[in-house]
Amino acid sequence: MSAPDVQGRVLELLAARAKTTGTLGPDTKIMAETNLDSVSVMDFVLELEDEFDVTVPLNRMAEIETVADLAGAIETLMNDN
Amino acid sequence: MGIKDRIAATGAAFGALKAMGRDPSSLKFETISSPTEARLEGRPITLFGTNNYLGLTFDPGCVQAAADATFAQGAGTTGSRIANGSYGGHNALETEIARFYGKRGAMVFSTGYVANIGMISVLGGQGDHLLIDADSHASIYDGCKMSDAEIIRFRHNSPESLAKRLERLKGTPGDKTVIVEGIYSMLGDSAPIDEFAAVTREAGDDVFLMVDEAHSLGVYGATGRGKAQADGVEADCDFIVGTFSKSVGTTGGYCVSDLEGFDALRMLSRPYMFTASMTPSAIATARAAFEIMAAGRGHKERLWKNANHLYSGAQSLGFQTGPEVSPVVAVILPEPQVAVALWNRLIDEGIYTNIAIPPATPNALSLLRVSVSAAHEPDQIDHALDVLASVGAELGIIDGATPIKKKVGAASLRVISGGASAKAAGSEQPVRRAKGRAAPTA
Repeated sequence: MSAPDVQGRVLELLAARAKTTGTLGPDTKIMAETNLDSVSVMDFVLELEDEFDVTVPLNRMAEIETVADLAGAIETLMNDN
Repeated sequence: MGIKDRIAATGAAFGALKAMGRDPSSLKFETISSPTEARLEGRPITLFGTNNYLGLTFDPGCVQAAADATFAQGAGTTGSRIANGSYGGHNALETEIARFYGKRGAMVFSTGYVANIGMISVLGGQGDHLLIDADSHASIYDGCKMSDAEIIRFRHNSPESLAKRLERLKGTPGDKTVIVEGIYSMLGDSAPIDEFAAVTREAGDDVFLMVDEAHSLGVYGATGRGKAQADGVEADCDFIVGTFSKSVGTTGGYCVSDLEGFDALRMLSRPYMFTASMTPSAIATARAAFEIMAAGRGHKERLWKNANHLYSGAQSLGFQTGPEVSPVVAVILPEPQVAVALWNRLIDEGIYTNIAIPPATPNALSLLRVSVSAAHEPDQIDHALDVLASVGAELGIIDGATPIKKKVGAASLRVISGGASAKAAGSEQPVRRAKGRAAPTA
């Protein structure tokens, strides 16, 4: 899956969960701008792990702020496999 | 966010719920007079919100042992076992717990929380992986935070989800430790430890299994050792941890293991090393309680009878409950405001339960957590169900109430056993994973 595809799919799946009426984009801050609590964000990551067949350790989440960060981390993990 | 902002944010988040009545986080009982009775706001109240599964907090033997130990050895130890030495009771308790489990080594900690952070922080070294159930208790998450390992979360109670993640880790250096619980404290559901043990065993020699039996000690298994015993897979459990603050009726925690050199972990575990050890009173209570559990005096069977009574009663009334019969009966409610309203009205009517709302709950559920004890009398449970029926109808959570005694006759009550001893006593086969019924409003 190419980079824009991963990001597009992440945005699609996030849109289904986010509790916001605002537009979601690559620069959307996952915690601060979606009204999701920390557990909901972890559950969202579980969904992405199954979608892309990668494992995102919770420790990595500290460095991830935006949708683009998250998509980038998933691509890196997919390439490492 | 600074501390003042965080205080303000907490006030904003919970202020509206507190404004509906009492503050769920700071209820003050005037007296506690038995495992099931207390006084609150000047009135008697029946307790359905404890973890006193076996009702041992007022057991005469436990109380006497605690008093004797306090008079003989003093009120506290004032220091850690590494720096200030062990009391004889610490070592005796460890020997007795190891014997109770049939494991080579045992280590006791000052609380159950400390047992989890103490073990997990040691098990997850640099380059290791900790794989935890998504619905793990906060102490498991906190232990992970204290470790140097990579933390991986898998779907709740899903051995398949764990297997997938272990498969992806294949060939990665370092130890992998899988952590699951016997019973999950919010919904009262139990884990398929046998299936987790099989996945872990098949994944290789560098994969370990740790089971937290905090809510299942004294509850599951032929001799009350927990869900791993009930599932017949204790040999596959490299580490079994638990607490003394639930079935055991005091405070403290433990870990048992057959691992060679297990004792050396005392010197590696900061939560073991840098906190005061269990008091003489808590040690003596725990020793007496383990003796009672090992002797099998019917507490477990009474607990399951009560659990079945409450669970089937709540379901008959039309409440949506947790997925299986359990000493923790979760009443699932549509939103936090309804949970708070129900909880407040139940207290008005003399019934104390626990409230659990997001983010402390799985899947953002709003729950009333109703728990039973072996010490509850059937009349107390009938009364609680009567009150739940009338208050539930008053708040529109269930349809108009039918008197509980008509709905839940003795004949409709199935006895579910926690293990072989209950079966031997004539109980029916365990009822597992009965599906909860949807409440009309949910």
